[in-house]
Amino acid sequence: MANKINIVQAVQQALQNEMALDPTVVVYGEDVGVEGGVFRATVGLQQEFGKERAFDTPLAESAIVGSAIGMAINGMKPVVEIQFMGFIYPAVNQIVSHAARYRNRTRGLRHLPMVIRAPYGGGIRALEHHSESTEALFAHIPGLKVVIPSTPYDTKGLLIAAIRDPDPVLFLEPKRIYRAFRQDVPEEAYTLPIGKAKVLQEGDDVTVVTWGAMVPDVQKAVSGIEELSIEVIDLRTISPMDRETIIESVEKTGRILVVHEAAKSFGAGAEIIAVVNEKAFLSLEAPPMRLTGFDTTFPLPRGEEHYIPSPERIRHKIRELAAY
Amino acid sequence: MLIEKFNPLEDEMIQVLNEEGDIIRPEWMPEISDEEVLSLFRTMQKTRAIDSIALSLQRQGRMLTYAASLGQEAAQVGSGYALKKTDWAVPAFRELGMWLTKGWSVDKILQYWYGNEWGSHTGEDLRLLPISVPISSQFQHAVGIGMSIRLKGENDVVMAYTGDGGTSQGDFHEAMNFAGVYRTPNVFVIQNNQYAISVPVVIQTASKNLAMKALAYGMPGILVDGNDLFAVLAVSQQAVAYARETGPVLIEAYTYRMGAHTTSDDPTKYRTDDEVDPWKEKDPLLRVEKYLIKKNLLKQEEIEAMKEALEEEVMEAYRSIEHSSDTEIEEIFSYHYEKMTPQLQDQLDEYRNYLKGAASDGK
Repeated sequence: MANKINIVQAVQQALQNEMALDPTVVVYGEDVGVEGGVFRATVGLQQEFGKERAFDTPLAESAIVGSAIGMAINGMKPVVEIQFMGFIYPAVNQIVSHAARYRNRTRGLRHLPMVIRAPYGGGIRALEHHSESTEALFAHIPGLKVVIPSTPYDTKGLLIAAIRDPDPVLFLEPKRIYRAFRQDVPEEAYTLPIGKAKVLQEGDDVTVVTWGAMVPDVQKAVSGIEELSIEVIDLRTISPMDRETIIESVEKTGRILVVHEAAKSFGAGAEIIAVVNEKAFLSLEAPPMRLTGFDTTFPLPRGEEHYIPSPERIRHKIRELAAY
Repeated sequence: MLIEKFNPLEDEMIQVLNEEGDIIRPEWMPEISDEEVLSLFRTMQKTRAIDSIALSLQRQGRMLTYAASLGQEAAQVGSGYALKKTDWAVPAFRELGMWLTKGWSVDKILQYWYGNEWGSHTGEDLRLLPISVPISSQFQHAVGIGMSIRLKGENDVVMAYTGDGGTSQGDFHEAMNFAGVYRTPNVFVIQNNQYAISVPVVIQTASKNLAMKALAYGMPGILVDGNDLFAVLAVSQQAVAYARETGPVLIEAYTYRMGAHTTSDDPTKYRTDDEVDPWKEKDPLLRVEKYLIKKNLLKQEEIEAMKEALEEEVMEAYRSIEHSSDTEIEEIFSYHYEKMTPQLQDQLDEYRNYLKGAASDGK
């Protein structure tokens, strides 16, 4: 049975499915219990599964993540919410110094099946610190997986895969498009593989790699370019990155543009282009290009439209790349 | 229960065994057989033997940076012994006596300090987490285990350790606060050894003592003489029972770090003999030794023989790991995820090819 749902509903449904199937899955964080999350991603879970399995915590991100590590050590599968990605920094010590390292430092004795969910990105006219897109910080850390879906179908399948993964997964949700569109999604649980990109449309002239909330913008941009055959890849997992899909595409098109919302320097786009240079250098017909956020603090709402690459800018950049 | 009656604001300290080896508060003496006392004394001696051998090996260049427990043996052994096998222990990094009590083997402990991750593969059945170097971060894990115990309806207790410096960390506060809110079965032990490397406890806090911090989190806090095996054990047993039935407890074990922070530290730079010397009379082993001799449970010459036997046992454990502890290249890569990522596989292959080429080049 399928139902037509948006991304935030897909998050909720994935949690609901897994909590029903697996009694070790628990969901907690700030406002996730009674209120059901500030974005309603956990709505109804406390009513259905009780206060023991879906609950509110004190306002303390480090303890939210740190306690999840302890829970996972004792056989639970915690799925914790960091209310906004901009509030994840107090938990970085727990994520980087412990969650990412536990399996390795105990030589596999203890591993941590845990998920940290956080809505990321700007474009919703939010307050300061509510628009962060710092996936590259975490993609750099050995032992972590970083997943960013862009559709309701992928959100549900990837979140369930993350919950079932025996290792920690940072699951970043594109809040700008939480409610942007609906899609037919199976009501039952299903998984999609972490570490696999998706070719959204095939093409021969230019490869565009993007992810998360930028995907619909890229699709919009591309739909306005009739003279070119463009391949669009939704990366879906930032780390470990699906290099094969990108390389295969660039070997065909010879041109690559990476579009991301995060700041440009040292971003995930840099890694993608480095991989292309290493593995497909001789296929390139133009320098790899990036269209990204600026190396600036994310502007307050009166300036944010300048920061996030618009479909018009993306279109312009694709044409620039094709004409090189 | 002592724990519930104790008021840390009065700044009193629980003591049972004095420096002469006499029981001064028999009503607080833990229920413990003579055989058990002998066995705990032996574990304290073993702790000291490991320290002494590790330090001497380090000076010979056969051991890396090492953090000794000298002077804190009672705080470690006494607290650890209050736990059942099924209870959890969550260390910081200076709890050697507790690790032994909990069952981490000497060869694995030495292998860890010798620089091999396999040392932290403590064994399938051991409810002891690996050492946690980032200060007090491990308190969160202890609370998470406590939360899961409540959730699963289990009956276990989690004992977590930090030091006086650790109480300044935000994670200390967050964990204590979580534990208070969720009434988790946690015992938090602060080994107040007066120093965080070179920084004395007066620069960590303006609190009169550390035990009183518990009150703000809605849990009992108790200050105990950390150099008194019986007092630490009595308080820990009560704390464990309280945690199992009711909720979290904080113990401050007041002790002194007799040695350096680690082998990389020189304490003469920040403290004087005048300060250190009085603590020698408070030595936790000496007290139990005097007690055992007075009770005719042990003779001086037996103690010497025990020390020798333990040092030989430790050396043997060291020899078993000294020449077999170099890391296999593949192990560096293969434990980051359940399955190695293609990226890791590539990097491993490339490095192996380099090594193969370098070997055939004769370089």
